[in-house]
Amino acid sequence: MLKIIDLQVGNIGSVINAIKHLGVDYELIKKPEQLAGSTKIILPGVGSFKAVSDKFYASGFVEALNEHVLTLGVPVLGICVGMQLLANEGVEGGVSKGLGYIDATVKRINDFGGSLTIPHVGWNNVSSKGLSLFNGIENNSCFYFVHSYSMEIHNQQGLNIAFTDYGKDVVAYVRKGHIHGTQFHPEKSQSVGLQFLRNFIEAC
Amino acid sequence: MLKKRIIPIILLDGFSVLKTINFKQRRNLGSPITVVRTYNTRNVDELILLDIDASKQNRPIDKFTIQDIAQECFMPLTVGGGIRTIDDIRDLLSKGADKITINTHAIEKPSFISEATNTFGSQCIVVSVDVMEDGDEKYSVFSKGKVVDGLSFFDWIVKVEKMGAGELLINNVSRDGSMSGANIGLAKKISALVSIPVIYAGGISGPKNAALVAMTNVSAVGISSIFHFTDATPKDCRLAFKKLGIPVR
Repeated sequence: MLKIIDLQVGNIGSVINAIKHLGVDYELIKKPEQLAGSTKIILPGVGSFKAVSDKFYASGFVEALNEHVLTLGVPVLGICVGMQLLANEGVEGGVSKGLGYIDATVKRINDFGGSLTIPHVGWNNVSSKGLSLFNGIENNSCFYFVHSYSMEIHNQQGLNIAFTDYGKDVVAYVRKGHIHGTQFHPEKSQSVGLQFLRNFIEAC
Repeated sequence: MLKKRIIPIILLDGFSVLKTINFKQRRNLGSPITVVRTYNTRNVDELILLDIDASKQNRPIDKFTIQDIAQECFMPLTVGGGIRTIDDIRDLLSKGADKITINTHAIEKPSFISEATNTFGSQCIVVSVDVMEDGDEKYSVFSKGKVVDGLSFFDWIVKVEKMGAGELLINNVSRDGSMSGANIGLAKKISALVSIPVIYAGGISGPKNAALVAMTNVSAVGISSIFHFTDATPKDCRLAFKKLGIPVR
C-alpha cells in the first residue's frame, strides 16, 4: 500500500487530492510504526527545512524510514521540502540534519545580488530527457515550483538529475535507485504532474 | 526559464462569485465551482480566491468551498479572506489550499506575517495590499472601505517584504473593475522596490494591456473583469505575452 507521511506542517490536502484523483489506494500516516507494509512512500513537505527535520527526528520517523527505504528497498518520493530532506543537511532556519540518502546540502538559491526574485515561484521547464519517471511527458515541460532553497549535490555519481534554469541550473528532480525527489510540486502541475505521480506509483 | 503567470482572481461574498467596481458596485456571477471548472479546463497558471466579506463578517473564508474546489483543481490555489489565526491557515491548507493571502489582519498586526511565515514558510504566505491612487502619483493603502491613515503605501510594501512575506498581491482599488487600463508606472515602481514576486491586479483592459504589465518586473498579472465580461481568455493573454517576447507557459 502507498503510504503518505503527514508531518502536519504542509499542504497535505493537495497531495491527497491528486492521489485520490488517480484512483490509488493509500494510507495517510502520522506515526513511524504505520510504515509497516508500505510498498511505496510519499514524503510531502511544505515548511522550513528545520521545522520538518526537527519533527522527523523527534517522531522516530528517521529510523523507520531508514529501515523501509534502505533495508527493505521501498521506493520513496520526496516532494519539495520532502525532497530536500533526502540531503545530508539544510541551512534554512539554522543547520539541521537531513536523511543523508543523497550526498547534498540544501542552501538558499543564489539571488545574484538581488537580480533574481526569491522565492522561485511559478512554472518552469524541466529538462527530463530519458528519465523514466517522466515517461509520457514531453521533454522541457513546465512544472510548478515554489521554493527559496535548493539542493546542491556534492557528488553526481550514481544519480539521475533533471534541472530547471533559474539563474543557474537548479535541481528539479533527483533519483538514486529507488529514491526519488522533486523540487517541483507534481500535485500542482496539472496533467504533466499527474502523469509523473502515475509513473511513480505504477512504474518503479 | 521561469514563466510570467496569468492568474484569474475569483472574488466571493461567502457563497457566490462576484465582481466589484472600485470595490463597491457588485455583480453576482454564480457558483464558484462552475467558475473554477471553466478555468481548470483552460489550464490557467494558478487561481486566487478571495472572500471579500469575510473580514467584515469576522469569519475566515469557507473551508468547505475550498475543499470542493481543491478536489478537482490540480493547480496552485491561493486563498484568502478573513484570515486571523495560525489555525485558520492550517485549516485551509489541510483542505487543499497551497498559499494563503493575508490582508486586513496584516495591517492590524504586522507581526502576524512573520508568525505565519515562521510556521508555514514564506512561500506559503502571500500578503495582499489594496492601493488607492489619488492623482499626482500619490498612493495610499486601502482597507475596510477606506484609506488607512498614517500608513505610506510604499513603506508598507517594503515592511511586508521584511516581515517575510513570500509574495505580494497588489490590487489597485481605483481601477478595480473599470477595465480602463492598468497603472503600468505603479507596477514598475512596486516591482523595482521589492525583491519578492509581485502579482499585480486592477484595471486591466485586455490581453495587450496585461502583457504591458508583464513587461515590468512583476512575476504575475491578476485578472478578473476581462475574463468575466469580455471575450478575452487566458489563452489570448498568453498569445499577447508571446508577441512581446515575454516567457509564458
